[in-house]
Amino acid sequence: MTTAAQTAELARRSVVRTLRQPANVVAPLLFPMMLLAVNAGGLNSAEQLPGFPADSFFAFALAVPFIQGALFATMNAGTDLARDIQTGFLNRLSLSPMRSVALLAGQLGGVVTIGLVQAVFYLGVGLAAGVRLESGVTGAVVLLLLATLIALAFGSLGAFAALRTGSGEAVQGLFPALFVFLFISSMNLPRNLIEIDWFRTAATLNPVSYLIEGVRSLIIVGWDTQALALAFGFAFSIGVVGLTAASWALRVRLTRT
Amino acid sequence: MAEREPNGIEAEQLVRVFKGDIHAVDGIDLEVAPGEIYGFLGPNGAGKSTTVHILTTLLPPTSGRATVAGFDVVHQGAKVREAIGAALQEAALDPLLTGREHLRLQTALHDLPRADRRSRAQELLERVGLTLAADRKVKGYSGGMKRRLDLALALVHRPRILFLDEPTTGLDPQSRTALWDEVARLARSEGVTVFLTTQYLEEADVLADRVGIIDHGRIVAEGTPAELKAQIARPTVEASPHDPSEKGAVAAVLERFGEPTPCSDGSVAVRLAHGEEELADIVRALDAEDIRIARIHLHEPTLDDVFLAKTGRSLEGADEEDPEPVPTAT
Repeated sequence: MTTAAQTAELARRSVVRTLRQPANVVAPLLFPMMLLAVNAGGLNSAEQLPGFPADSFFAFALAVPFIQGALFATMNAGTDLARDIQTGFLNRLSLSPMRSVALLAGQLGGVVTIGLVQAVFYLGVGLAAGVRLESGVTGAVVLLLLATLIALAFGSLGAFAALRTGSGEAVQGLFPALFVFLFISSMNLPRNLIEIDWFRTAATLNPVSYLIEGVRSLIIVGWDTQALALAFGFAFSIGVVGLTAASWALRVRLTRT
Repeated sequence: MAEREPNGIEAEQLVRVFKGDIHAVDGIDLEVAPGEIYGFLGPNGAGKSTTVHILTTLLPPTSGRATVAGFDVVHQGAKVREAIGAALQEAALDPLLTGREHLRLQTALHDLPRADRRSRAQELLERVGLTLAADRKVKGYSGGMKRRLDLALALVHRPRILFLDEPTTGLDPQSRTALWDEVARLARSEGVTVFLTTQYLEEADVLADRVGIIDHGRIVAEGTPAELKAQIARPTVEASPHDPSEKGAVAAVLERFGEPTPCSDGSVAVRLAHGEEELADIVRALDAEDIRIARIHLHEPTLDDVFLAKTGRSLEGADEEDPEPVPTAT
């Protein structure tokens, strides 16, 4: 069996598992939408700030759910993998001719699939709420691609945490830490309008800001090459770091000869 | 090392040391013949699971060497895995998948021809009696059902050698008997070599052609159950006085008939010097000393007696000792 076929089988399993855990499906769809509704309702006066880049705060904030969804992907990928370690299912897979790369790719393939479904949902809600995508149909495709890449990048971090610790609880402990990165980013205001110096500095140093700004540019600006390059660049870099670390952790975890 | 057999298992001075200088496996030599059911008997923490993990390629040995189906477990891991099936100590199942989905995944990963996957899954479901539960999620299965599914998964690719790590632990007697029947059938009808670890004396006695008794990472006795019991040969008499203060007097009488052996508190036991015909003499001697006896019984040698003789401890009382380290990466 080819590595691709093994990956497809394991990705299928990953998707089936996720769909059979309603909390893992509903929470990533609803919570980001709820946070979006609360923020858009409470912070819409930001639209009046000189230099605010959008007419609608809702459109401005619509980028955030894509990143939040990716954070949930981190949780799902990591928790499922940790459970496989805890139940011994990883040993069962290890005793088959499965290649290590297929295990990781399959798990992340499932994460990417779910991440894509989430992104389509967020985009659909945004369009239904009257947001006009400045980058057009092609921009929607690029947005979905970027959202998927971000889900893959964060998912690989979750997989690393799971493989390193073998504990679902440890993976879940990572979630609040990643949320801190989200909240000290440019999620609610453009960086140049953040008045508090330390916050603006933190947001500037925070890669999550650039991921949000890349998604946001496709929604409210159109084609901002610099924002997109930074977003794809950071997502790719996080992905490379995450995948490298996860591959190493998998090698250590799978001591099979 | 003896001549290689295609379905056999051989190990020579196998050692696995965990962090903290814990010698979980401490110089094991093994030779399991093709088609044989080999019972690996020992208490928790004796090194059974670590040995299985080494032989199934999940854990490299610290030193020593082993071949399974003629392949070196360290250097030919993939070849070994092609030849073996394994049901490890915990039923390694995904609670969110159904039984049939587990089999679907395993048949695919083992690269069975696509046209055969469904029929092989159905055949195995029927064989382990899970047809009706096949489309239910595993989280709703009983312990026995999980064990049977685990066995079915281990058999997907028709392995030549089967490793079963405490397959009946926690099962009710009916499920245990059903699993024994299936394991025996696999060995007798299909010629599968079975390496079975257990802490149940009865399981080793009933099922195994040969038994290796392991304690503290070393094999302390090996042979057929009959051979092992023959090493002990003589029956044991155990007596409990009606008045506990007379325990010493009972011991003095019994020791005229054989050497003392460990037994439960409040009792005295001796391994008889000449055999069971001495029982009547013992009763007469106790009566002559005017000692009232609450219980007296004679028992034939068991594998537990073998364990006791070899280690100085009863197997059934040895489970509370240090647990075996979990065989993971170190």
